[in-house]
Amino acid sequence: MSERLKRTLTRIPLHIVVLALAIVWFIPTIGLLISSFRPAQAIATSGWWEVFTPPTDLTLDLYEEAVTARNMGQSFVNSLFITIPATIIPIMAAAFAAYAFAWLEFPGRNVLFILVVALLAVPLQMTFIPILQIYNRVGLTGEFLGLWLAHAGFGMPFSVYLLRNSVGALPKDLFESAYLDGATSFDIFFRIVMPLVVPSIASLVIFQFLWVWNDLLVALIFLGGQPSVAPMTVTIGNLVNSLGGNWQVLTAAAFISMILPLLVFFSLQRYFVRGILAGSVKG
Amino acid sequence: MDRLILGVVVIVGVPAATVAYIWLLEWVLGRLPYGTATKIRPWLWLLPTFLLLGFFLIYPGLNTFRISFMNARATEYVGLDNYQFAFTDPAMLAAFRNNLLWLIFFTGGTVILGLGIAVLADRVRYETLIKTIIFLPMAISYVAAGVIWTLMYDFQPANRPQTGTVNAFLTAVIPGFEPKAWLFDQSYNNPALIIIGIWLWTGFAMVILSAALKGIPEELMEAARVDGANEWQVFRSVVLPLMMSTIAVVATTMVINVLKIFDIVYVMTNGLLNTEVVANRMYKEMFNYRHFGRASALAIVLLLATIPVMIVNIRRFRRQEEIR
Repeated sequence: MSERLKRTLTRIPLHIVVLALAIVWFIPTIGLLISSFRPAQAIATSGWWEVFTPPTDLTLDLYEEAVTARNMGQSFVNSLFITIPATIIPIMAAAFAAYAFAWLEFPGRNVLFILVVALLAVPLQMTFIPILQIYNRVGLTGEFLGLWLAHAGFGMPFSVYLLRNSVGALPKDLFESAYLDGATSFDIFFRIVMPLVVPSIASLVIFQFLWVWNDLLVALIFLGGQPSVAPMTVTIGNLVNSLGGNWQVLTAAAFISMILPLLVFFSLQRYFVRGILAGSVKG
Repeated sequence: MDRLILGVVVIVGVPAATVAYIWLLEWVLGRLPYGTATKIRPWLWLLPTFLLLGFFLIYPGLNTFRISFMNARATEYVGLDNYQFAFTDPAMLAAFRNNLLWLIFFTGGTVILGLGIAVLADRVRYETLIKTIIFLPMAISYVAAGVIWTLMYDFQPANRPQTGTVNAFLTAVIPGFEPKAWLFDQSYNNPALIIIGIWLWTGFAMVILSAALKGIPEELMEAARVDGANEWQVFRSVVLPLMMSTIAVVATTMVINVLKIFDIVYVMTNGLLNTEVVANRMYKEMFNYRHFGRASALAIVLLLATIPVMIVNIRRFRRQEEIR
């Protein structure tokens, strides 16, 4: 009993540190969340914590304004159509490349890999004009396909980099024994490599999904402004402009557009548990 | 109907196509002589990546390099003029100094906090809750983040009620505290912006480091504990060494990220009051002043600044291959 009590007591500082960090991190978000339920006028004139002193004045006006905005439903579907392939394509291609970089022999392997990582540093703004010139010529401007490929290209360096790190850390014996059993590269890749790097793939899915979902700039450049293909970020952006700087609606819009990325984050949490690799990798 | 077809393509077609590519190429390679197949296999596995990179990053990168030696509208070559501007203009020197501040505090802050939170949250039962809270800012668009931090850093003169969270809190807690204009006072504005960056990006470091942490076999830590190691020693001598390569990946990504950082500065101060950073200046040269030569030169300078980090990475990957 006293042993258990002692253990609980020594863990108190741990809980204090973790909870304190979480609270500090949460305050800005809470401020925005509470603001999103306040009348637009109140946001501009008093702090969000005023809601805790009566009279409490909460309303769903900002949410109603954001949800019922023209074209919001269609742009939600558009965002899905844009984001799903723009997440799958770069991660799959990067996994193929990571396997080649980590386990296949070829001349110039390190130089090529460093080139890929260095490309992380290319500022996207500098790529738009040369790409658009070609897109206009081949008719990819305003097409989902063009946007998928653009996001895939831009997401590639980080995906290859992260996956090369985890695929490269797998033990050599694994490949040698599979190879001796007569497995082909196809089998080795899909039956051994992919299942073992699931935690890295899950983190990549979370971030690539998030970045594409929240992207405004790349969508504006390659899709133009047509409502039929516009993602949510573009529709939300228009909401503010057309109402003449009605920025308060952004507080509600921010939470609406966060729902799906958070669902992805939650549903992939189960791949971040200890022991997912147990039994397959010797320590 | 069109959208229905598109939906099927999106959900079934795209993933199937990626798997089919590898299946097809291995089918073809299986029909070639063994030696030939081994030689071409790597290039076929790399092909999709390099097609995408070639078109979307390498080709525009080379184009940028060429334009960096040209005048404002990219009509004639001007030698090294743009680079001379980049390294001598007083505003640029201030931008480089600010980037250095960002480099140290943003990279250090996100990596250390991300690692600390990943490790500490791993030990409590409400881990998912903590991780969600830290991750939340990553899911917020930059524009919304701008709204949040405008509310956080808002400033009213001392005798008026404070509407900004930070000033309201500090005036309530510290007697006689003078409210500060966090974004406008030059002694605080750069740290204030870097704090926004850390708040946004720590979740990124945490998610990736947490994934690496979960990959460490429990038996290794248990063995160290049985040998009498305390929790700190287990962390220092078992966990940390095994996470080193992932920490390096996160740190590298953060360094490159910080060189390109512009959204936060753009949204909050647009580089006024001595908060300019190189990437924001590049954006201004490109879209406001329409000086493509200078914008390109700044992009190339940022690219060259990553060389030391790349060298460290090459060494690290060589080592990984020697020991596995």
